Amino acid sequence: MNWLRRCGLTFKMNLLILSGVTLVISAILSLSYNITRHLMVERIEENAFSMAQATAYRINALLKAAEKIPAGMALTITKLQPDDKALKSILADRLAQNPELFGIAAAFAPESDEPPLSFYSRYFIRSYDRIKESPINYDYRTHDWYQIPKILDQAIWSEPYYGLSGRTIMTSYSYPFYREKQGHTKFGGIVCVDLSLNWLRNVVSSLKIGETGYAFLITRNGTFVTHPDLSLVMNETIFSVAESRGNPRIREIGRRMIAGEKGFTAFTGMLSAKKYWLAYTPLPANGWSLGVLFPQDELMANIRSLTRIMLGLGIAGFFLIMLVIRLISKNITKPLRALAQSADQIASGNLEATIPIPETRDEVGHLALSFTEMQQSLKDYIKNLTETTAAKERIESELNIASEIQMGILPKISPSPFPNHSEFDLHATIRPAREVGGDLYDFFMLDEQHLCFTVGDVSGKGVPAALFMAITQTMIKAQIKTHSGGVSADTLTQVNNDLNRDNPSMMFVTIFLGILNISTGELEYCSGGHNPPYRLTPAPEARVQELASTDGIALGVMEGFTFSSKRLTLAPGETLFVFTDGVTEAMNRDGELFTESRLEKLLTPLTEQPVTEITDQIMREIDNFSTGIPQTDDITMLVLRYKGKREKGGY
Amino acid sequence: MSRKTAIFILSFSLFSSLWLPALLGAAANPPLKQVTFIPQWVPQAQFAGYYVAEETGIYQRYGLKVEIISGGPQRSSAEYLKHQKADFASLWLVTGLNLWQQGTAVVNLAQIVQRSALMLIAKKKSGILRPKDIEGRKVSLWGSPFEIQPQMFFKQYDLKVEVLRQSYSVNLFLRDGVAVTSAMWYNEYHTIINAGINPDELTTFFYADHKLNFPEDGIYVRKETWQQQPELCRAFVKASLEGWQRAFAEPELALDITMRNLKKEHIISNRVHQKWMLERMQDIILPAHTQHQLGHLKRKDFQRATEALRSKGLIEKIPDFNIFYKPLAGE
Repeated sequence: MNWLRRCGLTFKMNLLILSGVTLVISAILSLSYNITRHLMVERIEENAFSMAQATAYRINALLKAAEKIPAGMALTITKLQPDDKALKSILADRLAQNPELFGIAAAFAPESDEPPLSFYSRYFIRSYDRIKESPINYDYRTHDWYQIPKILDQAIWSEPYYGLSGRTIMTSYSYPFYREKQGHTKFGGIVCVDLSLNWLRNVVSSLKIGETGYAFLITRNGTFVTHPDLSLVMNETIFSVAESRGNPRIREIGRRMIAGEKGFTAFTGMLSAKKYWLAYTPLPANGWSLGVLFPQDELMANIRSLTRIMLGLGIAGFFLIMLVIRLISKNITKPLRALAQSADQIASGNLEATIPIPETRDEVGHLALSFTEMQQSLKDYIKNLTETTAAKERIESELNIASEIQMGILPKISPSPFPNHSEFDLHATIRPAREVGGDLYDFFMLDEQHLCFTVGDVSGKGVPAALFMAITQTMIKAQIKTHSGGVSADTLTQVNNDLNRDNPSMMFVTIFLGILNISTGELEYCSGGHNPPYRLTPAPEARVQELASTDGIALGVMEGFTFSSKRLTLAPGETLFVFTDGVTEAMNRDGELFTESRLEKLLTPLTEQPVTEITDQIMREIDNFSTGIPQTDDITMLVLRYKGKREKGGY
Repeated sequence: MSRKTAIFILSFSLFSSLWLPALLGAAANPPLKQVTFIPQWVPQAQFAGYYVAEETGIYQRYGLKVEIISGGPQRSSAEYLKHQKADFASLWLVTGLNLWQQGTAVVNLAQIVQRSALMLIAKKKSGILRPKDIEGRKVSLWGSPFEIQPQMFFKQYDLKVEVLRQSYSVNLFLRDGVAVTSAMWYNEYHTIINAGINPDELTTFFYADHKLNFPEDGIYVRKETWQQQPELCRAFVKASLEGWQRAFAEPELALDITMRNLKKEHIISNRVHQKWMLERMQDIILPAHTQHQLGHLKRKDFQRATEALRSKGLIEKIPDFNIFYKPLAGE
């Protein structure tokens, strides 16, 4: 069914609905055909029976009427024992009185069956409207008309036979009569009337059963007495027809017919394969059976034409529904298709594409409205996005400027900041975590002998930290000038007080402030809660050593705190490594910190390296350590190497 | 040359190759000898061989022009032969012997029917399943020569029955006027079947199955005819036997011919009945499982029939087998 998924909506609807419709129409047609046929067959059965029975009664009535004549005569002969003359007169009169009779006979039983036989009989027949005697000049004792009623001791209708002319089919009704002799009743003979069956053929063939229906009559032996095909009449029995056609069903029906049964059954014609319904009923008088054949095709023609009409209607309905489906699916799919096209345009970026809104308020209409709203939302969103992006760009550019300004505040490292002083090498580097940072470094000559340098770290990051850093730096510069030749501790005490005085955002800064006498190598330093710097002593000691703490606190935390300073003397070749916690607290992927111990280990082999090389190397190590992790804190390093008093002997 | 002459010459030249031998043959033989033949009953397949021989020119080929007289209730073939109204007749063996008894010397030229088709039929529902069941029942029998076998049958099984004279129909039996009826296998038996009684509803007794096989139809001629014209007699028999062979070989042709002759005589019958009859005739003329020569009278069959007749006191004069029977093979 995969292919079905790829088919269009119209095709699917057509396929599914029309399949259903076809199924329903077929079911209705077949049901209606069967019901109608059933009703029709019932009607036909009723009809056939009444027709067969009416005809049978009619024939039977005629036979019954004929039966009365020999019965009456037998009584006359028995009671009156007429002489020959009287008998002749009686017979001739009766024949004259009953025009339906062809002949009438009285045949007496011989006195004895031993020769010489004394046959006595009188037989009158109708010939060209005249009554004439026709002597019976044969031994009638072995003839059916005489023998059978005698032996069966009952009146009987004979099997049909050809009359003297050889053309008329006759049947005879033989009635036995008896004679009293010495108190015994003895068989006296037979009174017999002959009846032409032409009238019977007329009655049967007068039955009009459609165009091709017909009736037939068979005797107790199954012999055809009447049938539209005259070659069957007298010559064939229903059983010989069954045999010659190899059709045992005909034989079976024939047996039922001659057994005096009534019935209604489907039947093929006697001589063709045409289908009929056969109703059969016996003639009570002589046990013959009348069959009435109703042609199925004729009677079913109505049903068939009805079915054809219904089939036509069904087909028309089929196409009508197909048309309706086409319209409906068009109504649904047309706006859908238009919608899909608009959606495609929107998808390709054209937010101004017009969305067709169908007039209907159905699901498709609803969908179109939703699409319109979505389009509007998209537009609004994109507008907002544009505006936000613009604002962000503005801020970014401002930050860039701020960064440039901040970097501008910091003293220049290159070219060499102090080209006239060979007593020391100094290098500093700062890498803010954002555009602007909260770290600071600074260095300047207080006078010809003293180099002042600071490294600080403002709490927080970004613009506020940068501003706080700028304030702190400015304040330190201003204070340290005030205390010209003064001590670093006093400067920090003063700056701390100033910062505390107006610090609404409760910011603070850790700071390391050092003053190096470049002639002697004597260093006075004060730390305001800053990481202790390292003193790198070159080989042979090759030592990395934290500076002793001055026990200061971060500036801006507590007003009136008095900072103290410490002193030491750097030997030529010794180096100070000052840094912010951005170095030691750099993080790797596993959340581990860079740590002081790692830093110390790294610094140890670097004690004699050029100052720029030290910062670069440590920065590389940090980068390696923090690969893939965004920098979270500003990183600042300041490296100062004391080289000793310049040899002036040169000039 | 006139047109007629031209056509004559043309057709003569065209067909001379076909016609000439026939014409010459005819010219070589004497003209056809006119003879008459009467079967013992009306035209039906029982005599198909003769009608086929006549209609297909077999008799003619043997130099005969045969007029077949239709037999029947009004025309006894024995009487016709006896009174010289027919040259040849089909008779039962017992009828032929009876003619001797009556003083008419006849000669059997060929014994056509070997196996007796005469039988008794009863309805099973009447309770008759074995010969002894017939005891005391009404049995209808035809007259001579049809009552000899039944009488011997009753004697053989020690049966006392009420015999009624049977008409030409089986209606008395069909109406249950008698319990047992006589029938010819090829005729009345089938009539009963085609009157709606199924074969399995009937009990049948074939005399032939009860050591009472009397050969039936044979070709007879008066002794003086045989003595005067033996060649003519042989020609008739040969042609008739050939007719039978053709009838069995081409049953549809035989049936066509039979139906035509039957209708000519206004006989009530139908084709399936005649078909049945022809098939049964083949069964009794050429019985299966026997080394039989068509038309041959067996001495044993002859003796059995003569013994039966003598024992019944029906005949005293018994002709010598060799005088009575003049077979073709005896040439």
